[in-house]
Formats: sequence, C-alpha cells, structure tokens
Amino acid sequence: MPHDGHDHHHDHQHDHAPPPDDPSFSSDQALGARALRLLLEEAGVLEPGEVARQIDRMDGITPSMGASVVARAWVDPAFRKRLIETPVAACTEMGIDLQGTHLHVVENTASVHNVIVCTLCSCYPKPLLGIPPDWYKSYEYRARAVIEPRAVLAEFGVAIPDSVEVRVHDSTADLRYLVLPARPQGTEGWSEEKLAAIVTRDSMIGTAIPKA
Amino acid sequence: MSARFRPGDRVRVTAERPAISIGRAHIRTPHYVRGQDGMIAEVMGPFRNPEGLATGGDGLPMQVLYRVRFPQPQLWPGYAGPAKDTLEVEIYEHWLEPIHAA
Repeated sequence: MPHDGHDHHHDHQHDHAPPPDDPSFSSDQALGARALRLLLEEAGVLEPGEVARQIDRMDGITPSMGASVVARAWVDPAFRKRLIETPVAACTEMGIDLQGTHLHVVENTASVHNVIVCTLCSCYPKPLLGIPPDWYKSYEYRARAVIEPRAVLAEFGVAIPDSVEVRVHDSTADLRYLVLPARPQGTEGWSEEKLAAIVTRDSMIGTAIPKA
Repeated sequence: MSARFRPGDRVRVTAERPAISIGRAHIRTPHYVRGQDGMIAEVMGPFRNPEGLATGGDGLPMQVLYRVRFPQPQLWPGYAGPAKDTLEVEIYEHWLEPIHAA
C-alpha cells in the first residue's frame, strides 16, 4: 500500500520497530485495525487467525465463479430458469455457497440492459464475485450511474441503442445483484469452459458486454 | 406476513427527509426517490428492518421488501436518455403509500 502522504510526523520514537515485511504496519489506519483485532482476540470475540482466514477465503472468491454460473445458464435453459427464479439454490447446485446472501439475478434481453450500483455504499455479491472493483465504490460511479447511466456506460465502451431500456438497480437494501448477460452471437457450439472465459466481471455488473 | 402491495401497484415513497446526523436512524431509502411515485416491480418477501438492526435492535417487526421501479426522466429532470429508461430500488413497506386513482 502506498503511503497516503498526509502530514504525519515521523520524528516520534517507536518503542518497538515494526517488522518491515509486516503489511499490517503500512499505515496508521492499518495499525489501528491491527490494534482493534488484537483487542478483540484478547476479549475472545475473534479467534486468533480468524481475520486472516476470512481474508484468505475472500481472496479465493473470484469473478470466475460468477462466470461459470452465467456460462451454465447459457448452455442449459432449465438451469437458466432456476437461476432466475431460485438463484441461491441454483448456485448451491454448482457448489457455490452464497453464505446467506439474497442473490437476485437480472437478465439482459433484446429490450432491457441492466446495470448495478449501490448509491448507499458498495453492496456487491461478494460470495459470488469476490471483492468489488475500486471504481464500483467510487463516489463518481455511485452518483453518476443512477443519474446518467448511458454516459457512464459509454465511458466503459458500452453503447446501448435507444430502442433498449437501460434499467439501473440501486442495491441499497437486502438483495445482491448479478447481471445475466446475453450470450453473444458467434458462440454457437462453444463449451461451457470457453463461454465462461468471455464472461467478465464487469459484464456481470452491467458495465460491459461479453464478446465472442 | 402478507404484503400490502402487489406487482404493478402504483406507490409513493414517503417524503420524510430526516437530517443526516449522528444518532439518527440508519435509513436505506435513497433521498432521490423520497416523495417519488413508482410501480411495484416485485415483492421480495419479509426482511428484518435495517433501521433497527443498525442500532443493535432485532429489526422486528419485519418489513416486506419491494423492488420499486421509477421512470428515469421523472427522477432527473433533463435526463439524457430515452423516456423508457428506468431505475429500480429496494424499498421497505413502511416507506410506501398507495396511490389511488383520482
């Protein structure tokens, strides 16, 4: 993590010089977080190592999990129906534990293009797609995606014709959204694995369109 | 618990606009839809009320959560896009009032 450049004073004495390779000392905020974690461990609220295990678990979740779900929906119409009607059960079928997340799947069609934003904070289907991209959490995206979604999409290189409704979903409450993109033309006969490879993270947020 | 509204019903979001300050309730209804008219897109079922959960309460009684659809040009005067563009927000039932035909 780069130093944040604020006007710290570096002339104070460290009683204990931090190990130089310990990332938990890389900023005052990280140091505060570490102190809080140690206190919670001491109080028995957290198990030692629990935070690190959770971070490892989160790091193991990548958009490829969502992509595999989308690809399955593209090749299996019955699965596609289950994914839209009972998304949690459909993900469980594929061995994906959504950990209590109320997933809601919105499908892009010839008449509707869906875009996801959370204007309140950065709500995101983390158990399926992992950590959201930084831009998803930016004030700019969160404000502009609701007010001028087509301008935002254009900056992502996505042009939606005026004949197609752009539907923005402001994810501020209990649901977490997955965009089910449309299967592109020219992918007839492709394997599920090959299809999954073209399903990008952004296409499952609605800010990209998969290309063959 | 039974839902007060059905898909297709016209609803108005309560226009109450509490000031944002420390100690005020945690509210999930975005300011930009308060007082706006929309349509129930889907009934999502009962959820614990985040306004209570956020302050250490149990969030009970549960509130039925709806996905409410708004026309974009209604939300944003001067909206740059086709009139058919829409926005959907999740809103808890206690924020919604029925709109009766005049």
